[in-house]
Amino acid sequence: MRVMVLIKANEQSEAGEMPSEKLLTEMTAFNEELVKAGMMLAGEGLHPSSKGARVVFSGSDRKVIDGPFSETKELLAGYWVWQVKDMDEAIEWVKRIPDADPGQEAVVEIRPVFEAEDFGEELTPELREREQRMREQIEANQ
Amino acid sequence: MAAADPKRAIEAVWRIESARLIAGLARLVRDVGIAEELAQEALVAALEQWPESGVPDNPGAWLMATGKHRAVDRLRRADVHERKTHELGRELELTGQVENRDLEAEIDDPFDDDLLRLVFTTCHPVLSTDARVALTLRLLGGLTTREIARAYLVSESTVAQRVVRAKRTLTAAQVPFEVPEHDELGERVASVLEVIYLIFNEGYAATAGDDWIRPELIEEALRLGRVLAELLPSEAEVHGLVALMELQASRTRARTGPRGERILLLDQDRSRWDWLLVGRGLVALERAKRSGGALGPYTLQAAIAACHARARVAADTDWEGIVALYDALAQIMPSPVVELNRAVAIGMAFGPEAGLDLVDSIRSEPALSGYHLLAVVRGDLLEKLGRKDEARTEFQRAASLTQNSGERAALLERMAACSPRNGA
Repeated sequence: MRVMVLIKANEQSEAGEMPSEKLLTEMTAFNEELVKAGMMLAGEGLHPSSKGARVVFSGSDRKVIDGPFSETKELLAGYWVWQVKDMDEAIEWVKRIPDADPGQEAVVEIRPVFEAEDFGEELTPELREREQRMREQIEANQ
Repeated sequence: MAAADPKRAIEAVWRIESARLIAGLARLVRDVGIAEELAQEALVAALEQWPESGVPDNPGAWLMATGKHRAVDRLRRADVHERKTHELGRELELTGQVENRDLEAEIDDPFDDDLLRLVFTTCHPVLSTDARVALTLRLLGGLTTREIARAYLVSESTVAQRVVRAKRTLTAAQVPFEVPEHDELGERVASVLEVIYLIFNEGYAATAGDDWIRPELIEEALRLGRVLAELLPSEAEVHGLVALMELQASRTRARTGPRGERILLLDQDRSRWDWLLVGRGLVALERAKRSGGALGPYTLQAAIAACHARARVAADTDWEGIVALYDALAQIMPSPVVELNRAVAIGMAFGPEAGLDLVDSIRSEPALSGYHLLAVVRGDLLEKLGRKDEARTEFQRAASLTQNSGERAALLERMAACSPRNGA
């Protein structure tokens, strides 16, 4: 299975402060471990929300709001995509992530990525076929 | 939510650490069977102690230290035993050996070399293919006997027996726990790559059962390949194999139609390809090419897969490039199946007539008799040439040869489409 590991923002990341040399060294070593274990598929750090934007959907209206955004704890600072056997393995790896700021509480969220099998019985062959036809139509219209 | 079950946490630690643990212990005791037993003993100790004490900060190091204590105990016991049973000269020699081996120093060697030794041992040519696959999945993949049995649709006792016999064979043949010497390396790497690609193919085109895709074997083979690419970064073909597997796996979602039938590459909905894996495959292919030397069979096959991956729509495919790559592949890995694929590429690049000429020249190959894809390819080329009657016969033949019911239905449809009523 695949999981997305979401690193939440903190005041430093939102202020655009680069990590210390020590943390960078630890992170590089940790990323090397992930690569060596053959489970690292992708991962990136994100610029602070001041460089981002939001598009708010409201009826037919589309309103654009430029960053920064206030609710720091809800914001993301980076992500990984890992291939793991199950959630337990993902949790075990997350525990090994170097602590950016040991004095401060931080949260890392793990979310399994949907796979075709997850739809199980809900996605009947007929539904699959419909989905396929829909995709074909979309392609044909492009 | 309540805290996670400690037993599950320990199992996750085991999965992450077991290969390195077994590898480190095997260097100490020079026997992968005993090493696995010691590792299991360390796991049992963890299951007893961690629920009380909590999982240690560095669980891998804890397991390794525990396993090593047991190993040293065993070596000392064996040493005492040897002394009692052997004559004086032999006894002195043995005592010297054990005393001269600085166990603590050996313990601090880097892990990666041990893992590589373990890879070469579980894939040793002295073992049968089945044994190599089972031992690799178990010792390197950390899969349980039950998981391997389920993936291969055989009984647990069959897998258990294979593993036990494989370990015995290694001991009996006194296979050293080491990375092969330079002159032997190429051949031994080929043996490892073969095992990984076999695991991948069993997942990608299962030979038994109703589902012809086993995602867990695809994922395991990919993981093993990626691990090996970091252990042997200068071996071009390791990257070639990884590239080939990433690119093939990228198409998994698009390969099966609503009735479970196989969808051929050119008919696939490319928006359903896994573009993350495509990207990884192309990067791995570049690594393979950068490693220098003539392109090996895995790299060439990956390069062919990459030609498809780079085409956003099937019509953009660089068929002449693919023909050139198949020409090279046929040189180093001549086989009727490669020729058949080459014929498809030639048909696309230079017209169906040219493709059909090549197909007809290999039609009588014994290796292709009963091979339904030969009939599919021939039918396809004949249909393009407007020879619908002959095409219909080939599709019918292909339908009677395939084992997959969804595919049979699709072929019978193509057959019907070639009938005179459908306006030839």
